[in-house]
Amino acid sequence: MEKRVFFRSAWLPYALLAPQIAVTLIFFFWPAGQAVWLSFQLQDAFGLKTQFVGLANFAALFADSHYLDSFKTTAIFSVLVAVAGIAIALLLAVMADRVVKGALAYKTLLIWPYAVAPAVAGVLWAFLFAPSIGIITYVLKKNGIDWNWVLKGDQAMLLVVIASVWKQISYNFLFFLAGLQSIPRSLIEAAAIDGAGPGRRFWTIIFPLLSPTTFFLMVINIVYAFFDTFGVIDATTQGGPAGATQILVYKAYYDGMKAADIGSSSAQSAILMLIVISLTVVQFRFVERKVQY
Amino acid sequence: MIENRPWLTFIAHATLILGVIVVAFPLYVTFVASTLTLEEIIEVPMSLLPGSHMLENYTQVLTAGAASGAGAPVGPMMLNSLIMAVVIAVGKISISIIASFAIVYFRFPLRNFFFWMIFVTLMLPVEVRIFPTYKVVSDLGMINTYVGLTLPLIASATATFLFRQFFLTVPDELAEAARIDGAGPLRFFKDILLPLSKTSMAALFVIQFIYGWNQYLWPLLITTDENMYTTVIGIKRMITSGDALTEWHLVMSTAMLAMLPPVAVVVLMQRWFVKGLVETEK
Repeated sequence: MEKRVFFRSAWLPYALLAPQIAVTLIFFFWPAGQAVWLSFQLQDAFGLKTQFVGLANFAALFADSHYLDSFKTTAIFSVLVAVAGIAIALLLAVMADRVVKGALAYKTLLIWPYAVAPAVAGVLWAFLFAPSIGIITYVLKKNGIDWNWVLKGDQAMLLVVIASVWKQISYNFLFFLAGLQSIPRSLIEAAAIDGAGPGRRFWTIIFPLLSPTTFFLMVINIVYAFFDTFGVIDATTQGGPAGATQILVYKAYYDGMKAADIGSSSAQSAILMLIVISLTVVQFRFVERKVQY
Repeated sequence: MIENRPWLTFIAHATLILGVIVVAFPLYVTFVASTLTLEEIIEVPMSLLPGSHMLENYTQVLTAGAASGAGAPVGPMMLNSLIMAVVIAVGKISISIIASFAIVYFRFPLRNFFFWMIFVTLMLPVEVRIFPTYKVVSDLGMINTYVGLTLPLIASATATFLFRQFFLTVPDELAEAARIDGAGPLRFFKDILLPLSKTSMAALFVIQFIYGWNQYLWPLLITTDENMYTTVIGIKRMITSGDALTEWHLVMSTAMLAMLPPVAVVVLMQRWFVKGLVETEK
């Protein structure tokens, strides 16, 4: 889309763009370029010597079983977060779309976790599930479940999934509610008159019409699980126990900032950039389709 | 309502109430823990009724901080978080609104090039280029400064896109009329476009305020000095390994303080929040 009416000036548009372009160049392009450049290099432990090694860092990564495990962990984690978050939010949104009384109150009470920082969400749930003092741990132990996420990998995974989903439900809920409210009432009324019950109406009319929203949320939730959950993980499990919750972003951070393996960390950053770019492309192709729909 | 099915309405209310309770449970336990003493929390199971130490806990974290871990008071951290959130929100809105004004209302060489340059940044969250960005900021000597804390996060394509979308819906007649009346571009921007953009700006402010307040990885890297910690970082630094060593009553008071401002913003400015959330993703 273009404007028919526009202004003319030889310098003004550049001056107006200058601040954003300057910040973008210094803090996006320069570091992103460096990440790619460093990923082709090998540094010695003191950072004194660097050597161009081509794709060796990448080759080393894909030969490293820890890195491949981290890939698997990230895949499991993001699928769990996306599916659980979307399913719960959809259930709540369908119910909230149904009620008349108290709809606004329910909405307000369900959306506030969006404002909680991921790291704080992690701390909240880590406290509830704390191995010795947690209140949920206490209930679980009473029921014969031995809960200790500090030692058990699958339980640690469950903890970070719960904390991440809890924070993201409000976001999914809002989008599903908006999607539900944009479905024409006449369609649902017609189906009701034809004798379709609520369950059938949901699966044959509402759910297919919501599929663009669901797909959009799928992409957003996967991006969220890939990157924004860094805070949840760092504040709770820190990737442990034994790498059970070490997602790709956390590994890139850990290898670069803690283990000072800059070449490897940069190669991981470059791979992550590729993943983000492909996810963004998927999302934009979808947005184009949504316009037609 | 299509039809009257009392039992379905009942199920809907029951599900929603259950959902609200599950969502609120961690907050409630946090609040209760922030009113107890450490001894009361460690005594398993802890009480689910608020205790009587609320005032002392909050006073202690705000003015003195926890004895274990960092031991820095949370009061200044709240101020740091506030500065960070407001500077990021205002900064993003200001640089984006003028950039999209240039892109929408002017024709000039390289216009598309600049547009794509901003567009690409949409794809790269800070988390992806952690080490190089950190290095750039430390080379520029911005570690432990407010500039280092905020400036790298100010560049974002989302706000630019939102304003671009909005400007494209503004009728051309307004710009035409302004030109006929002899107004230059800056006058048009100030007297017509800015007042029209007020709701978009409010919506964006809410979203970006929350974004800025909740930043975690960036302040974790950039602040090594206690005086520069944000509240979220403060919580992390208070947690020591081992459940019992951590002063949970103080951690939980700090968590309450860290949640209060952004949650208040969401609840009180709900209309703008929803608008901002839905529009920034379009």
